[in-house]
Amino acid sequence: MKIPILRLGRILLVSIQDDLTDNDAMQFQSDLVERVAEIEALGVAIDITALDVVDSYMARVINDTACMVGLLGAEVVICGVQPFVAMTLIEMGRDLLGANCAFNLEQGLEILNRRIATRGDIHIDEDEDD
Amino acid sequence: MHQDRPTPPAPAHPGPGIVATSMRIDTESDVAAVCRVVRALAEHMAFSRSAAYSLATAASELATNLLIHAGGGQLQVAPLPGMRAGIELLAEDHGPGIDDLRLALTDGYSTAGGLGCGLPGVERLMDLCDIDSVPGHGTRVRAVKWR
Repeated sequence: MKIPILRLGRILLVSIQDDLTDNDAMQFQSDLVERVAEIEALGVAIDITALDVVDSYMARVINDTACMVGLLGAEVVICGVQPFVAMTLIEMGRDLLGANCAFNLEQGLEILNRRIATRGDIHIDEDEDD
Repeated sequence: MHQDRPTPPAPAHPGPGIVATSMRIDTESDVAAVCRVVRALAEHMAFSRSAAYSLATAASELATNLLIHAGGGQLQVAPLPGMRAGIELLAEDHGPGIDDLRLALTDGYSTAGGLGCGLPGVERLMDLCDIDSVPGHGTRVRAVKWR
């Protein structure tokens, strides 16, 4: 199962719809970091609204991916953690999802845009292109 | 059988149609299948939603453990009869076993590059968790959650 990576300006959107196998997860992570580097994405929104069971392995994949993208220099936000996912994740252990979260994709994008604006580097690259 | 009234809430004890399922876990799609079975059973037995999700997550954790640490195994999902209804998850494998059980139950300890909260997570999500492991022969994890 290939996870589509959608581009919205300098922001990338990914939506995880199903449990990922090990291979899927690796493919997804390498696709995403490549794409982030390629377009020098300023922000990435990872949507997990469709996941209603997240075990520690899935949490790790999501966390790792967020960290990888962060290392490249993009802002990351995880959107749509379901209420029962939040409950079970905390019950299992803290820090299972370390990154910033948002209720939904819309709020996630707002947060990303605000954070990118504070960073203030969006125009630097644009100037270079001119 | 006629049934002209709406379906009554699930009985306090497992009734007909609520049966134990034993599943072979060999691939990651088996893990997803086990999650579905457990959630369906929990909902059928009128567990609260949060308990149903805890059960599904614990089952997912145990099944992934079978896959990652033992290369596969058997997971049995069984309703427990009695005054207090419960669901039992029984994971069995013939893998390498757990060398140091106390260490495996420590948060943050992992031999396979996980987050190290799989087994301790299951312990917290479930009401009862028994682990039997013989290094070199296999591991048996029995976990129960009461309604």
